[in-house]
Amino acid sequence: MTLEAEVWNDITPIPQDDGPDPLAPIAYNPEYAKAMGYFRAVAQKDERSERALDLTEQIIEHNPAHYTIWRYRQQILFFLNKNLYEELDFVDEQIKYNPKNYQLWHHRQIIVEKLMDVSRELPFINNVLNDDAKNYHAWTYRQWVIKTFNLWEGELEFIDKYLDKDVRNNSAWNQRYFAIFFNPNKPTDDFLAQEINYVIEKIKLAPNNISPWNYIKGVIAKSDKDIDILEGLCKEVEEQKIISPHALGCLVDIHESRARNGSATDKAEGIKICITLAEKHDTIRKNYWEYRKVTLASI
Amino acid sequence: MGILNGPRRLEDLFVNTDAFPTESLSVQTKTERSVYKLFKAVRDEKSLNTIKLNRESHIEYISDGLKGLSKYLVVLDASKPWLCYWMLHSLDLLDYELSTGLIKRAISTISKLQNPTGGFCGGPGQISHVAVTYAAVNALATSGIKEAYDLIDRENLYKWFLKLKRDDGSFIMHEGGEVDVRGAYCVLSVATLTNLITPELTAGTAEWIKRCQNYDGGIGGVPGIEGHGGYAFCGLAAMEIMGKTDLLDIPLLLRWASSLQMQMEGGFQGRPNKLVDGCYSFWVGALFPLLEAILTKRQYEKDVANSEDTQCIYRPLFEREALQEYILIACQSPKGGLIDKPGRGADHYHTCYCLSGLSTSQHHVIYDFERAKGEDLDSGARSLLWEEEITNRVVVGDPDNLVKPTHPIHNVTLPNVRKMIEHFYGKREL
Repeated sequence: MTLEAEVWNDITPIPQDDGPDPLAPIAYNPEYAKAMGYFRAVAQKDERSERALDLTEQIIEHNPAHYTIWRYRQQILFFLNKNLYEELDFVDEQIKYNPKNYQLWHHRQIIVEKLMDVSRELPFINNVLNDDAKNYHAWTYRQWVIKTFNLWEGELEFIDKYLDKDVRNNSAWNQRYFAIFFNPNKPTDDFLAQEINYVIEKIKLAPNNISPWNYIKGVIAKSDKDIDILEGLCKEVEEQKIISPHALGCLVDIHESRARNGSATDKAEGIKICITLAEKHDTIRKNYWEYRKVTLASI
Repeated sequence: MGILNGPRRLEDLFVNTDAFPTESLSVQTKTERSVYKLFKAVRDEKSLNTIKLNRESHIEYISDGLKGLSKYLVVLDASKPWLCYWMLHSLDLLDYELSTGLIKRAISTISKLQNPTGGFCGGPGQISHVAVTYAAVNALATSGIKEAYDLIDRENLYKWFLKLKRDDGSFIMHEGGEVDVRGAYCVLSVATLTNLITPELTAGTAEWIKRCQNYDGGIGGVPGIEGHGGYAFCGLAAMEIMGKTDLLDIPLLLRWASSLQMQMEGGFQGRPNKLVDGCYSFWVGALFPLLEAILTKRQYEKDVANSEDTQCIYRPLFEREALQEYILIACQSPKGGLIDKPGRGADHYHTCYCLSGLSTSQHHVIYDFERAKGEDLDSGARSLLWEEEITNRVVVGDPDNLVKPTHPIHNVTLPNVRKMIEHFYGKREL
């Protein structure tokens, strides 16, 4: 796309005023510099026109992180009553090339808030997650969509697919927690008992995978259960001669919780495991396990 | 200790695959192999003790950037103050004396980016943005002179901050912009340095940040979302500024932060089961001085309550040498500048945050709460209580690799934080 002179002949572009000898000046592409010159001129008049809308598109092509331009674009779109479904098409295209751009995702949210039509959103997000199953913006936006439009149903099944594909996807585990505990329908104790069994099976697939270990402790903290219930799992991992610092760390938690209830044997056992972790199995976290050891000793 | 001189052979440090391959595992295996190769070469040559921070080539890389950037960096045209901050702070960390000419240029450049309605913007004619304002103020702090401080229009800055605040205590990034925990941190860091913290500004913010802490202890961008190294730093630093860290589950956050250090690579990942990245050397690395200070304070208060006299200072809670090994061996571009991970090119963001992380691992910066004498201090005074424990330096490789100590809340070197705070609050005894 180029800037057609006749569209702009009534506008005097305003050059960028960086002052003398600025730090880190960017060698602008002349098209971009020209577009920005017109932008400053029309923005000064707060012109909300078709040509200004085109201009924002051209600038965004060069720099999709141009938050001022996005804001201006939104003002023009709403002022001109533009077809916002076409705007979603535009965002669809843009996000393909810039899936980790704050402005684009926020722009989409603003458009959808205005449309109050969510029909395109989950398929769109799924596309992005297909390319990058841990895209932080996509998950953040997904949570907003689910909360705003009350789309909790089916979310767990959706997450199952992601965990079946990659049980180490921490974003999917986090989404699982969101789907259960941020849902206005609170989970029953029965449901949580089932959920704990589901996670135990996932842990057994790969006991060195930190994500479900973190998750299961989060679920237990929200349920009527105690961390004790994981002792069997930890022992099972041990019996299979698998060394998992997460299983050992979980045992430390279990012993610590019993030590707080007065058990001296558990205190001693917990300290022993901390030492093994610090010296042998998780040496990168030596300082951390020593801290845990000191905490245990002071109970 | 570290990794190369650690108790385990390098060959034993590959991730345990549990013989269960998935996508996360395959990218992890690839990354750790690339780091392993570099580490192995250093181990085989026994050259760890002479490994060098290529100070001159990094300075040259930054100096080139200050002169001008290629057309491809137009994607940072709404981030000009960030470029200034990354470059100036990197030079400052490298102990490169900023010339008067350079300081004048910095002040002049940033002066063009302040809006009369408050705050700083990414480029001339743009609207103000909170993160960019943080970068502008940190760049001015790094300039270290009165003329730089006096540039800041505090009255309108404060009014603008209040306009960005929402009823739930969070902040939007700019008018019409998105909400996340970066907003709160950037506002509060700037407000601390410029003496603008008020109960009105902070009301409800700590309670909102608390909601961003997750079941695994990490802090995400907004309530409900996955914990992330960058947001966790913003959340914890903001809580520390407000004196509200007791609202967070600190032991859980410590566990999560510790889990992010990679056993082969030595650097940090930003989220569990993601890849190491040099920039988290600061974002995650700087969580530790904050966490150590909070735990020390809790211990101290307990001891005082029990009339016990202990001098307990928490020792560093992460592997400082391992992190330095990652930065020095795996993150230096041969052409100057620092990088995310082997195979990537240098950029000014990674240069700044790798060096900031290097600083955080070399110096043990502690919070001297005893000097507070139990008084209820404002956040500016509390920022001044962070100081280096000189006897606890650790420098991997050549002793000349030492960079300057950086402030774990503001990420500006300690002397420059002190100067700015003394300017805006008046000289104080602390």
